[in-house]
Amino acid sequence: MNLIQSVDWVTIAPPTLVAVTAVAVLVADLFLPAARKGWLGAMTVAGLLLAGLALLPLRAGDRTSFCLPDGGGCGYAADTFALVVQLLVLAGALLTALFAQPVDRDLPQGEFWFLLLASAAGATLLPASRDLATLIIALEVTTLPAYALVALRRGDGRGPESALKFFLTSVTATAITLLGVSFVYAAAGSLHFSAIGTALPAADDRLATLAQAGVALTLVGFAFKTAAVPFHFWVQDTYTGAPLPVAGYLSVVSKTAGIAGLILVTTLAFPGYGGLWGPVLAVLAGLTMTAGNVAALRTDPAAPDSAVRLLAWSSVGQAGYLLVPLAAAAYGAEGAVGAAVAYALMYAAVNLGAFAVASHLARRHPGHRLTDYRGLYRRHPGAALALGFFLLCLAGLPPGVIGLFAKVAVFSAAVEAGLGVLAVVMALNVAIALFYYLRWTALLFERTGRDEPSDPAPAPAPAPTVRLAIGLSALAALVLSVLPQLVLTLTSGSLL
Amino acid sequence: MTTAQALLAALVVLPLLGSAAALLPAPPGLRGSSPEQAVLRHGVTVTGAVLAAAIALLAVFDHDDPGRMQATTDLPWIPALGIRLHLGVDGISLPLVVLTALLGFLCALYAYATRPQNAAAYTALVLLLEGGTLATFAALDLVLFFLAFETVLIPMYFLIARWGGAGREPAAWKFVLYTVTGSVVMLLGLLLIGVRGGTFDMVALAEAHGAGLSHSTQLIAVLAIGLGLAVKTPMWPLHSWLPDAHTAAPTTGSVLLAGVLLKMGTYGLVRIALPIAPDGMHTFAPYLAAFAVTGIIYGSLACLALVRTRAGGDLKRLIAYSSVGHMGFVLLGISTLTATGVNGALFANVAHGLITGLLFFLVGAVRERTGRTDLDALAGTAGAALYGRTPRLGGLLAFAAIASLGLPGLAGFWGELLAMLGAWHPADGLSRPAYLTYLALAGLGTLLTAAYLLLMVRRVCMGPAGPYEAPLPDLRAHEYAAFTPLAVLTLAAGLWPALVLNLTDPAVQHLLPGVAR
Repeated sequence: MNLIQSVDWVTIAPPTLVAVTAVAVLVADLFLPAARKGWLGAMTVAGLLLAGLALLPLRAGDRTSFCLPDGGGCGYAADTFALVVQLLVLAGALLTALFAQPVDRDLPQGEFWFLLLASAAGATLLPASRDLATLIIALEVTTLPAYALVALRRGDGRGPESALKFFLTSVTATAITLLGVSFVYAAAGSLHFSAIGTALPAADDRLATLAQAGVALTLVGFAFKTAAVPFHFWVQDTYTGAPLPVAGYLSVVSKTAGIAGLILVTTLAFPGYGGLWGPVLAVLAGLTMTAGNVAALRTDPAAPDSAVRLLAWSSVGQAGYLLVPLAAAAYGAEGAVGAAVAYALMYAAVNLGAFAVASHLARRHPGHRLTDYRGLYRRHPGAALALGFFLLCLAGLPPGVIGLFAKVAVFSAAVEAGLGVLAVVMALNVAIALFYYLRWTALLFERTGRDEPSDPAPAPAPAPTVRLAIGLSALAALVLSVLPQLVLTLTSGSLL
Repeated sequence: MTTAQALLAALVVLPLLGSAAALLPAPPGLRGSSPEQAVLRHGVTVTGAVLAAAIALLAVFDHDDPGRMQATTDLPWIPALGIRLHLGVDGISLPLVVLTALLGFLCALYAYATRPQNAAAYTALVLLLEGGTLATFAALDLVLFFLAFETVLIPMYFLIARWGGAGREPAAWKFVLYTVTGSVVMLLGLLLIGVRGGTFDMVALAEAHGAGLSHSTQLIAVLAIGLGLAVKTPMWPLHSWLPDAHTAAPTTGSVLLAGVLLKMGTYGLVRIALPIAPDGMHTFAPYLAAFAVTGIIYGSLACLALVRTRAGGDLKRLIAYSSVGHMGFVLLGISTLTATGVNGALFANVAHGLITGLLFFLVGAVRERTGRTDLDALAGTAGAALYGRTPRLGGLLAFAAIASLGLPGLAGFWGELLAMLGAWHPADGLSRPAYLTYLALAGLGTLLTAAYLLLMVRRVCMGPAGPYEAPLPDLRAHEYAAFTPLAVLTLAAGLWPALVLNLTDPAVQHLLPGVAR
């Protein structure tokens, strides 16, 4: 048996470049004087840009790597799905890197950038992995640095506590997933998705229960990463305890990675078990969106951290919408995976935009209260208009046209699959979510009192990098609102 | 591209571009005397251009064949979901397009004279609202229709919440949450039709008359779509957002809400539910009629309660409840599934837009002069005596009220008459005794409507001109400009109903093939 696998370096360039940048940043941190630490951020941005450019030669979507010599499957495939999700992850990390600058003084810069890049490297690898071992490793590479990122803030007791909560729940989920993977391996005899897809349903009858248990347990870990109910309890504490850019990163990149993993496992590895995971995902989707939206609705605007809390819970609600097409895929809805990816793209752009505005405001109002946003339009008309647009996109109402069409794509997947009840639950959730998104939007344009004592000095303009991040997000959302086809084209073909 | 196509595209695009432009600083040369004046003038210019385009469209429209879709533009937009930029007008939508353009222009004119605060945002929102409404009436793609339908929500919310009167915040929330819940459910119905019917093209689906859609699909689709549209119309018992929204909304908001936004609901029923899912409509028609008649009776009883002395009634709330009753007639007409009834419904739609638009303008004028719309504070026990204190305003108010109660010779008459005539002989397969009962109840409703409107006229317009009641300023130039077109059209449509019916009837025949009446 030939154990040597071919490695196509061009194909695996995107995750590799991110990982190399991570190491380079860590090393450079040792030699840079404190005054020049700002360069590390520039290095990060450059590395992520380079990794994004490395996607270009792969755009045909037919390259593979780490293939078994006997044609038994490949461990890495740069197909359309992988490329689109990699683009999302890299762009998301790039936006995060932009609005995280200048890094807060209470964060160690070198470690911050290293951990962010390391996590991004894992998230870039994840959508391209085509066997369970690579997938789990990628998932852990994405998550492990995230614990540290959450705990990174110096002299703040909440960071370590929320990191510990995050860590413990996550490790439990990973352990369960590993158990599931071992069951699947026992039943199918392979770790490659293509092989599992055919071997698992054909396995010995006596192994059927083992196989089913393996499928169910494997999904648990991914449910955790997507913050699906009942694995969503870490979200609020983690987001409020973490530095704001990290919360934004978790809400988009880490969540997308989880969704991508879930898509890979369900549609590639366990297509024959749609009857098992379809209903489970449908129920999870309904519960997740309801729990997230109801909790967001109950957020008191005047309470400390209410803005981050709201974003955290709304991201749980959005995860619920993201799960809907996955559930629909079990019932043979065409283009369902594409609908999920298109939704994730829309969500990534506007949610990071919202976090960018929030992180700018947090420099002046460290309380992260929703009421800090009152009358933002007066102080920063550009930022307020952008945030209003992002929130309406999340709510899915015009003028946030792309948000509306992303929801239409998700709804139509559900309707096509005959998931009427789930569609109605989602419809009600959209109405609930509108309330808190619109309440926030309305706050932005509300008039403040004539002489607001808390705001005596003119507000400083956002840093150029933050402005760039907000601008890029807004530009993406605007272009997509006029030409929704750019992302919705994903729903027309099969991505995998 | 023909002239008609260009005109229709301009109708939809101009207000949207104008809305974005209103937020930008005025270019040099158009700065006017102040930024507020400049932006309000910009609003008048854009809505004026839209009105001109609408009138030109009316002129180039082929009046010999109003049943055909004209001025159609059909471009691919999102091929992945099969969504197209498909626009067009026929005899059903054209009157509503013109009505919207007219009311939009009159509102901009009124705003120019009254100078609302935050003029830039105000103008941008009104233009966005107008653009969304026009797009709703012009859209021929189900998802595009939905997009346009939703576009009006945010501007209306802000118009009520920011420029409204007492209780505006809760009223705005009630409006937006009711409507959005309804419309998301409607989206599900639209998608169901699109997925099962294989296209979102409203023309193709209407040509098919439900072929290719199973009975159960049609039932679910009509239920979902009907729910969304019924909230908007509003149909009893889903109306409770309307009185609050109207009471709190600023004058122009009320005018646009009553004049055109409510029409989107009934228009959707005629344009989508009726031709695309006829079986489903047939099943639900008697229930729709029952709700419609309940709305008529309920609306007029509520108004009767409000108009009593010391009942704490509010003029705007009164007119809002009267809208519930009037829209009940529209729904009754649709639910008969006959050409007569649907024509009546479409006529009543336009008439209600004209008359209620005028009424809200007039109440706004009363509030501007007296500072109140509360009937008791305004009229006391004796009456507000507007006839004596501001005779032209009082006279016009009485005219609008009488038009609203359906006096023959004015616009309010024909629609309700035709709707009730349709109920006399509903479509085959619908229970005639049930519809005769509805007819009798609707007839009772007209009596009650007459009663409360006359009582209102007595309390507001009549009364002794006491020595301490100072005379109020009479109608001013901008008020003449805003009110006259509506009053003239009310009279014209009442004396010459063919003005509207010649347009709608062929189109309705086209939608309801094989229906004798």
